[in-house]
Amino acid sequence: MPPERNRTETGQPGQGKAVMVRADGVTKTFGRGASMVTALDRVSLSINENEFLTLLGPSGCGKTTLLRLIAGFELPDAGQILLDGQEIGHLPPYQRPVNTVFQSYALFPHMSVARNIGFGLEMQGRPASEVAQTTARMLALVRMEDMADRRTDQLSGGQQQRVALARALAPHPKVLLLDEPLSALDLKLRKNMQIELKRLQNETGITFIFVTHDQEEALTMSDRIAVMSAGRILQVGTPKEIYHRPSSRFVADFIGDINIFAATLEKTGPDGATVTLPGGGKAVAQVHAAGVVPGPVSVAIRPEDMHLTAAEDKSAAIRGRIGNVVYFGSGNNVHVTLADGTEVIVRSNEAGAVDSPVGIAFSPGKLQVLED
Amino acid sequence: MADARRPRTMDLRKQPGFNQIAWLCLIFLYAPIVVLIVFSFNDNRSVVRWTEFSLRWYAAALDNQGIRNATIVSFKVASVATVFGTILATMAALATTRTAPFRGQTLSYAIINQPLMVPEIVTAVSTLALFAIIKQLTGLTGIGYLMLAHTVFCIPFAYMPIRARLEDMSLTLEQAAADLYATPFQVFRRVTLPMMSPGIVAGAMLAFVVSLDDVIITLMVAGPGETTLPIYILGQIRRGITPEINAVSTLLLGLSVILVTAFFLIGQRRR
Repeated sequence: MPPERNRTETGQPGQGKAVMVRADGVTKTFGRGASMVTALDRVSLSINENEFLTLLGPSGCGKTTLLRLIAGFELPDAGQILLDGQEIGHLPPYQRPVNTVFQSYALFPHMSVARNIGFGLEMQGRPASEVAQTTARMLALVRMEDMADRRTDQLSGGQQQRVALARALAPHPKVLLLDEPLSALDLKLRKNMQIELKRLQNETGITFIFVTHDQEEALTMSDRIAVMSAGRILQVGTPKEIYHRPSSRFVADFIGDINIFAATLEKTGPDGATVTLPGGGKAVAQVHAAGVVPGPVSVAIRPEDMHLTAAEDKSAAIRGRIGNVVYFGSGNNVHVTLADGTEVIVRSNEAGAVDSPVGIAFSPGKLQVLED
Repeated sequence: MADARRPRTMDLRKQPGFNQIAWLCLIFLYAPIVVLIVFSFNDNRSVVRWTEFSLRWYAAALDNQGIRNATIVSFKVASVATVFGTILATMAALATTRTAPFRGQTLSYAIINQPLMVPEIVTAVSTLALFAIIKQLTGLTGIGYLMLAHTVFCIPFAYMPIRARLEDMSLTLEQAAADLYATPFQVFRRVTLPMMSPGIVAGAMLAFVVSLDDVIITLMVAGPGETTLPIYILGQIRRGITPEINAVSTLLLGLSVILVTAFFLIGQRRR
């Protein structure tokens, strides 16, 4: 068993925890001249030993490029990539103790399941007995013992996925890179594999870097999430931090349902910032982004961090009229239209009558000031 | 009812006259070959009048020293041309598909495929002229010239299926191997080569058949005692068609059928 590590609750790697991968000012461009695309723009990121870190972002945000740079399939234009303290940015893939699970699995079609899994060890020149032993252990780890002699094209998508995982884990890399490995699976299988991946990471103690555009997947599995957009890392933090304290409008909008509306920042104090909300009400909002100054700002709050009250209730921060009520099983999404026309979604057990006036109260400490 | 709801794409087989045209095409393609085969078994000197079944022309053909020598020359030349042509074609295919895109890549395809586009008689005459100069300068003679000429025109035929195969193969597999600690040579040996081998086999077979079949370039380049089978047949036909020629041609046909079948079976097993 790997020693239980103290998972820090902040976005920064904690003191005393070994940094496994460090990207330092990494820039990568493709093409040249007018058609040049900057895939990564001075990206810096530290990933700890035995951490499950997810690179999350929409397609084209640079998350896969960063993964390929760590794997060695691309070379950085500028910046350094350090693995366990060693600069590896210039090394070819076969000299990096890092293995990849590809989106397409990339299993060798001319080899059996067992040969696929043993390939890395064989290339490292390990003795045949060790290759056989480790292969058997890996087959058991991913519960594919009966399939050792199958051809890979006789396997289902989920089985291919598990072989790809076993193949990448067999040489016991320092870091396992996973490039949207679950995107080809159906929903039920994907849910199972999410749990399976987490179990494998715990059992092997290997650092996982996982690329996905699926925010739910990221929230479920990660120790920390790095949200990326347009070649930059916008925020790094635990799933809770990313979900409850998004620093920017993009992060807030990308993850989960959120209400964003215009407000005016009056002053900042030790307990947070005082903002004036649409309709004139005042509230205290948390500021996590640097460089927020008094004036017009955007504030955000999750639908589940608000509740409906009577329109005349003093605790209501904002007031409006109920528009739509959408029932989704475990509750309702109540759409409330404010006086200035802004629509706000509140999660609520009671539905309330359509077109009736209503007040909305905020749970303390949940309102966030966003960096635009 | 179900048929009526199918998307209405044009089904060529349902067009009037489709069957008739298809059969006519097949008959035109295969009638000459059938006639050739049938009359190779005719117990008669005539190649137009059937009398009775016999294998005498096969015996005669196998007994004919001229045919034997020509066959040996043909196989020697075709084997050498296939081996070297396929190796060079494989290298060319790797260089044009497994390297970073480079300026003039399209031009390189055109240059490699040049012999397919230049009229063969032009290649033949120019090869003859070039070899004449080399012979003059070095004084060297022999079958090497014929083998070299065949190797050269076999390259584009072998190149095409190999390149097609490589273009179908995802680069991700090679990246996966490199990721799993395979050095560039190991990647080639363990992944690229086994995966491209159906293309190489197809290319080699095409090269072999093309070499075996060649007349024009061989006619120009071949020296005395370097008569290949097609050249021998051509020479015999000038003196009138004999059933012996039918028998030899049928044997050649049988060989190519065996080659194609073998390739098909190899391909099936790999699937």
